[in-house]
Amino acid sequence: MPDLALDISGLRKSFGNVVACEDLTLQVEVGQIAGLVGPDGAGKTTSFRMLCGILPADGGHAVVGGAEVTTDPEAVKQHLGYLPQQFSLHRDLTIDENIRYMADLYMVPHAEWRARADELLDITYLTPFRKRLAGRLSGGMRQKLALVCSLIHRPRVLLLDEPTTGVDPVSRRDFWKILYDLPRQGVTILISTPYMDEAARCSKLAFMSEGRLLAVDTPQALRSRLPYQMIEVRCRPQREARTALQHEPGVASVEVFGDRLHIALRPGTTSDALKPALKAAGVECEEVSTVEPSLEDVFMALTLEGQTELTA
Amino acid sequence: MPTAVAVDKLVKKFGTFTAVNGVSFNVAQGEVFGFLGPNGSGKSTTIRMLCGLLLPTSGTATVAGFDVRREPEKIKANMGYMPQLFSLYQDLTVAENIEFYGGMYAVPRALIVERLSYLSERLELGVVLDRFTGTLSTGWRQRLALATTIIHKPPLLFLDEPTSGVDPITRRLFWEVIDDLANDGATIFVTTHVMDEAEHCTRLAMMHYGDLIVEGAPAQLRQDIVRNMVEVRATPLWNALEALEHAPEVVEAALFGDAMHAEVHEDIADPEATVRIALERAGVQVEQVERVLPTMEDVFVSLARRHEPADRAGRKG
Repeated sequence: MPDLALDISGLRKSFGNVVACEDLTLQVEVGQIAGLVGPDGAGKTTSFRMLCGILPADGGHAVVGGAEVTTDPEAVKQHLGYLPQQFSLHRDLTIDENIRYMADLYMVPHAEWRARADELLDITYLTPFRKRLAGRLSGGMRQKLALVCSLIHRPRVLLLDEPTTGVDPVSRRDFWKILYDLPRQGVTILISTPYMDEAARCSKLAFMSEGRLLAVDTPQALRSRLPYQMIEVRCRPQREARTALQHEPGVASVEVFGDRLHIALRPGTTSDALKPALKAAGVECEEVSTVEPSLEDVFMALTLEGQTELTA
Repeated sequence: MPTAVAVDKLVKKFGTFTAVNGVSFNVAQGEVFGFLGPNGSGKSTTIRMLCGLLLPTSGTATVAGFDVRREPEKIKANMGYMPQLFSLYQDLTVAENIEFYGGMYAVPRALIVERLSYLSERLELGVVLDRFTGTLSTGWRQRLALATTIIHKPPLLFLDEPTSGVDPITRRLFWEVIDDLANDGATIFVTTHVMDEAEHCTRLAMMHYGDLIVEGAPAQLRQDIVRNMVEVRATPLWNALEALEHAPEVVEAALFGDAMHAEVHEDIADPEATVRIALERAGVQVEQVERVLPTMEDVFVSLARRHEPADRAGRKG
């Protein structure tokens, strides 16, 4: 049995009669990057808040970094780094001052945090901006600083709630370069993200929707269980093609990719079966090819269709 | 095609800081024009000048045929603008916000009713129409913001990161709506950090430190900018990443889903062999090395790194 950094069982929370999180059960091994994925209102942020010990759960258990959150939330905090969705650093402090403030809060010895800060600022390319006020940093730099601050006390577990939302591709790469190095140092990560290319980097994914956990597995396993066949076509005119295809019972979803359409075909449907509908709509198609389903296709299937084949 | 937006040597300075540094470009009517760039590169400042909200320091710009300096009010009547932080009335319901914006744009009452019903169906807002806006999550708020931005069917739309903070389902829905608007003849000017969204655009321009550094169709940019891109599957992936970061022939190495993309120097004749040798030398078990077309994200990052000013270097190279 591998060591578990997160051992969550039956965790639940309601606000009035709204069930925000229902029976969340998830185990994450030490040194894993696990992803929490789902549409808006799925209960991801509520789950994070319970795991941090900020929001008391209505029931269930969660052992985070060796401490039980539901009974001893304070013990959890020293092993935990948490990046909330809202930027929570002090805008009127500089980068250095923000880091020092966090280090002091976590009682990190002076000699230790200076070296740690140098190292983290170097990897994040923030060193030239140490004296700049946090309020004057760009969105990408702010998120990198928030990550540095959350790592200053060397937490065992890192909880990241959509850390790369609104962050440009360059900063996103820098950000992930740091994340990807953490498991080697024994840090376990639970991250939520709306970007499926980021979800694909996790060794385990938990799909949530409307407070319920729909599926937990590796990205590869989730993709291979998708019961649809994905095809790519070039059609003209494209909008007419999209509308006609969306009304076909054999089509689960249609997505525009530049001048191509990605079509998810239900079992038993072939690309030939779509021809009459496209012809009737006055659409001409060329280049039909099969493509690998993406995690975004899995996301669509799970949340829009409640695909039972995927829910393990 | 008539020109919807014409920008010539546009400059905006804030004190000693130059946010927009002499930018020129044109957008034809009916285009979906993607305006890209890292955080803080001057995109939003440019959009605000084009909307007539911010006076340029120098240079000219005409939008829908009107001069941004002399006729900003006429521009406003002909456009919709969705800023990053959209002002919605928190204590009005979703339907009331849409009706209110319809009234502001002097849309006739009967037409507001018709548009409200169309927009609530198209953006799937039905379930939240009677909810107070203050209680909505980011995704719903963005849907409502888009609805109020297009209530008056503007011929020109400025959308500043419309999909920031929304889930993949809502993102697809937004791009369907954008495609529909463009098909009906509207011009769309849109910014995004999600590079697969950039591929929906008919043309792209990229800003960096206030300069416009590249312009072109997505397919063309993917062909022209980065020539030696390889996709790597290897275990452990971290060691592969580290090995390629230190390989002198490699310009940039990054995660790509559960694999890796590495940009190899242009003058290397056989990038696949070069990468394979670098990996094997580092003791990484190589599963696959394959030359691929760069993604839009590869192109974006490569361009941004090339145009990094000297005082911000400290990156590789």
